[in-house]
Amino acid sequence: MSTTTTLKDAAQAGVSTGADLHLKNVTKRFTEFTAVDDLTLTVPSGAFFALLGPSGCGKTTTLRMIAGLEQPTSGSISIGGQDVTKLPSFQRQVNTVFQSYALFPHMSVLDNVAFGLKRKGAKDHLARAKAALEMVELGHLASRKPAQLSGGQQQRVALARALVNRPAVLLLDEPLGALDMKLRRQMQVELKAIQTEVGLTFIHVTHDQEEAMTMADTVAVMNKGKIEQMGAPRDLYELPKTAFVANFLGKSNLMHGEVIEDLGDAVAVNASGHRLVMPKNRSVAHSGSAIVGVRPEKMSILNLPDDYSHTANMLTGTVLDASFTGVSTEYLVEVPGIGTIGTFSQNMGQNPAQRGDTVRMTWEPEFSFGLDGAEQTTEGQDAV
Amino acid sequence: MTATATRGQKKHATEDLRSEEEIAAEKRKGRVGLYLIIPGMAFLALFFAAPVLVLLSMSLYAKPPGAEIGEFVPALQFSNYTTVIAAYWEVFLRSFVFAFIATVAALLIGYPMAYLVAVRLRGRQLMQGILLVLLIAPFFSSFILRTQAWKQILSDEGPVVTVLRAIAILPPDGHLTATAFAVVCGLTYNFLPFMMLPIYANLDRLDTSLLEASGDLYASPIKTFFKVTLPLSMPGVFAGTLLTFIPAAGDYVNASLLGNNRDTAMIGQIIDSRFFKVVDYPGASALSFILMILILALVLIYIKRFGTKELF
Repeated sequence: MSTTTTLKDAAQAGVSTGADLHLKNVTKRFTEFTAVDDLTLTVPSGAFFALLGPSGCGKTTTLRMIAGLEQPTSGSISIGGQDVTKLPSFQRQVNTVFQSYALFPHMSVLDNVAFGLKRKGAKDHLARAKAALEMVELGHLASRKPAQLSGGQQQRVALARALVNRPAVLLLDEPLGALDMKLRRQMQVELKAIQTEVGLTFIHVTHDQEEAMTMADTVAVMNKGKIEQMGAPRDLYELPKTAFVANFLGKSNLMHGEVIEDLGDAVAVNASGHRLVMPKNRSVAHSGSAIVGVRPEKMSILNLPDDYSHTANMLTGTVLDASFTGVSTEYLVEVPGIGTIGTFSQNMGQNPAQRGDTVRMTWEPEFSFGLDGAEQTTEGQDAV
Repeated sequence: MTATATRGQKKHATEDLRSEEEIAAEKRKGRVGLYLIIPGMAFLALFFAAPVLVLLSMSLYAKPPGAEIGEFVPALQFSNYTTVIAAYWEVFLRSFVFAFIATVAALLIGYPMAYLVAVRLRGRQLMQGILLVLLIAPFFSSFILRTQAWKQILSDEGPVVTVLRAIAILPPDGHLTATAFAVVCGLTYNFLPFMMLPIYANLDRLDTSLLEASGDLYASPIKTFFKVTLPLSMPGVFAGTLLTFIPAAGDYVNASLLGNNRDTAMIGQIIDSRFFKVVDYPGASALSFILMILILALVLIYIKRFGTKELF
């Protein structure tokens, strides 16, 4: 494939193939508030790392400090083992794809892409800029001005302009935020493919959990200037450690209760009279107050035989709302003492439950996860 | 059959009616536009076109033999032009040189000020407001008064001369008043806002994320200025230089108050004295007309060479 060859050529012409990034006790305080609070973070070379969080969580400030556009109040940042904390942005081997793209309006697309190479004094800057434009399939628009391009095309130019410099770390500040849904999905796939090809360290800031999970190898969920939890997307989703992560990354049903029994590998929790079991290795709390959580899609609803095995966790409630979406039916079920539980059942031809019906919902204990009982179950629910 | 025919006719009639209505509406629209520009056109005709025509015909008047001072008759005496060009070409040249130096000086002073207020102090509205008011406040007082004040500032007892003499930049008997330096100073000062404000208006809209992007792409702050900020602010610089150069080239207040009437005379001064002292209306008119044509020519060359259209 021609794209691949161009990429390889571009990679051979380049210098770095990505570098480790370390943030050590980084704090950024503005006059009114603390944007980033004692953040320590290591991103290994060649990783696709996503900083995920709601607006105002400090993810963009973190990115700007890595780029050198913002000075940390305290702490240090190092790239490839070199301390860059005091280095101004133009001396860092880091490039950014800005949210607004920030393309130079007075320059052609080609000159925009060649800008960084020219500053570094690369002799073959035009040839390499052209190759980078070919890579994002915009070679034919090289002589246009940015204003003559569509949003998606501008986004690709911004990406090419950053990538062509072969930075040690590539920073992406919500790069897909301005694109429509379809284009965003397409660019997600392309970005991921490009990152795999070139092997650079990518740091991607986003508030879109789906985007973070599709693209990144490692996701760090940020909240109030701190990292709540970090790990592979699947691990984060299957085993959230805080209520914020459970609610921000997908949806969760969280139920307060007291640990009443130690079952060896698991504990039993009394949640308003319901006996719920969760494995110890999936729980933060093993005694006292705890929150039992379960993802909606892990639950089964309806058509249960009366002698249903009681090894499963079970809740009984009244359907508040049932909405048919074709593939599945989504339910909101009011469980006395616990509150509203969300779940859905896949459309296998069964008759969906109606509003007002009494239903039973069950899930296998190994799907439960346990959180600290001191947390609020609503934490992170409305965060965007 | 008859019914169909009638209906057909009716239909035809409505079609015609509608199209007629449409045409009328379009005509009305066009006419409204014309009505709207009538006041402006009338103003221009009365206060621009007519005076220019009067000036042009006056510049060709001749003095009949034995006429009194200020008595001229309509004629087509083109030698008026050659006479004044021969007598005053040096003054024309000087006027444009002074205006050019003042424009460059105003740019060198005005650009950093505009940059400071618009870019460096962005987001600090109080400071921006204070600085802008300080800059514009002197211009609430009279042009003549301000120029007189410069006479004081540059006078032999004034602080500037004292300091310059003390550090031996100026010889002990050196002056600043009644010199070309003083005239250019006055021109620069008086037209500075015309330079600064368009640049300010332009830089105020400058997207600072472009400066961050430039730094992110390895450009030092100085490189960023010359590669991004300056090129993007060229429309402001362009407007500012035109707004400074044009009035400065034709100015006579600075030259008469701060100059010496000999080797600092500007063309505005000459036109003034030919009109009101020598009472040589045709000569003064010819000078005015030449000045107008020369400025127009210079500006057209400038626009053609540096016009902003090519920038974006």
